[in-house]
Amino acid sequence: MSGETLFGLCGAALVGIGLYGLLCHPGLLRKLLAFNLIGGGVFLLFGVIAKRGGGVLTLAGVRRDGDPVPQALVITGLVVAFAATAIGVALLRRFADASGRSTLEGEDPPLPPSEREAGPS
Amino acid sequence: MRGSGLAVTSALVVDGGLALLIIGLAVWITAARTAYGAAVGFMAYGLLLALVWVRLSAVDVALTEAALGTGLTGLLLVGAAARLAPYEAAESARAPGLGLRVLIGSLCAAVAAGLAAVVLLLPEPAPTLAPLVDANLPPTGVGNPVTGVLMAHRAIDTLLETVVLVPALIGVWSLAADGDWRGRPGSLPALPSSGPLTLLAQVLPPFGILVGAHLVWIGADDPGGKFQGAAVLAAMWVLVLVAGLRRPPLVTSRTPRLLLILGPLVFIAIGTAGIWLAGDFLAYPVGWAKPLILTIEAALTLSVAVVLGLLVAGPPVVDDPGPKARR
Repeated sequence: MSGETLFGLCGAALVGIGLYGLLCHPGLLRKLLAFNLIGGGVFLLFGVIAKRGGGVLTLAGVRRDGDPVPQALVITGLVVAFAATAIGVALLRRFADASGRSTLEGEDPPLPPSEREAGPS
Repeated sequence: MRGSGLAVTSALVVDGGLALLIIGLAVWITAARTAYGAAVGFMAYGLLLALVWVRLSAVDVALTEAALGTGLTGLLLVGAAARLAPYEAAESARAPGLGLRVLIGSLCAAVAAGLAAVVLLLPEPAPTLAPLVDANLPPTGVGNPVTGVLMAHRAIDTLLETVVLVPALIGVWSLAADGDWRGRPGSLPALPSSGPLTLLAQVLPPFGILVGAHLVWIGADDPGGKFQGAAVLAAMWVLVLVAGLRRPPLVTSRTPRLLLILGPLVFIAIGTAGIWLAGDFLAYPVGWAKPLILTIEAALTLSVAVVLGLLVAGPPVVDDPGPKARR
C-alpha cells in the first residue's frame, strides 16, 4: 500500500467521522466543527487524486509532482470553506444571543421565556 | 535494493502514524466534552493536515491549510466556543439515544467504507491534467503551476471565489441588530491588556507583513500565492486588534469598503479588457500575462486580507459609545 492510498483511506474515515458528528451532536458549534472535518476529508481525497495524477510528470522526468488542477481547486475550496465557517459562526452566535440556546432541536428553551424575550431581536 | 525498500517502508510508517494521529484527533473533536476542547483539537488537526499536504507534494495547499484552515478558522471556532460555553450544559440533554446513535454510526461507517472502496479502486493510469498544464505554463510567464492554474487556466474560478468573499462578509454583517449598524466588528475576544501580548503585537506584524508580501511575490514561481500571503497579513491585523492596539474599522467607513472591492474590480477590469486585447474574457495579451497576473495578485492580496480579517472580526456591535471611540 502506498502513502497516497493511506491518506485516501484517512480522508474517507474523516468524512465518516465528520458525518457522524454532524448528525449526532446537538450543539450547533459542534456541528460546524464536524462540517469542517468532512471538508478536511474531502480535500484530502482531492489531494490524493492530485498526487496520483502527478505520477505522469515523474515518469516524464519533470521535476514537479502532483496535478496542479485539483490542488488549485482545494485552495479555492479552503478559502470558501473559511468564508462559510465565518458565516456559520456569526449565525450561531446571533442565534445563541437571541434564543439563549446553542441547539436547534426542542421547542422548550432551557431559559425562562422572560429572559429569552430580553435578548436583542 | 534493500536500502530503497527500507526507505519506502519507513516513509510508509511515518505516513501511517500521521494518518492515525489525524483520525485520533478527529475522534477527539467529535467526542470531546466541551466545544472549546474540540476547537483546540481542531487546530492541532489542521496543522497535521498541513503536514499531510506536504507529504502529498502540495506545498501551496499546505501553506493555505496552515494559515487559513487552521489559524484563522481555529481563531473563529475557539472564539465562538468561549462565547457559547454558558449554553453548552443544556446540549447533552438533546443528544440522540443510544440506538439512534448506533444506527447513524453504522450508516456513516458505510459512507466511509464506500469512499474507501473508491480510493482503493481508483483507475490505474490516473486521469490527469498535469502534462497539459505543464505544456501550457510557459505562455503565462509564471513558474508555479498552481498559480498558473489559479490565475490563467482556471481564472474564472478564482474570480468567482474572490467575488464570493464579499457577499460572505455582507452575510456576516447583516446579522447585526439595527442599532449596532454604526458600530465596529465585535466578535474578537476583548483581552485585558498585558505586556507580553502588547509586545508581541508590536514586534511580530512587521515580520508578518514581510512574510506575507514574500509569499505573494514568490508565488509566481514557488509555493506561495495571494491567498497564503493574504491569510498571513490578515492574521497580523487580527493580532493587533486582539491586543487592543487598534480598533476594527467602522463598518460604515469608506476605506475598508473600497479595499474590499478593489481586488475583484481590478480582476474584472483586466479580464474584460481581455475581450478586446486577447479575444476572450480573462485572456491575457501575449507577452503581458505575467505583469497582469502580478497586478491582479497584488490587488487581490489587499482585498482578501481585509475581507479575511473582517470575517474573523464578525458583525458590528456598538459596545462603548464613548467620545474616545474615535481614533
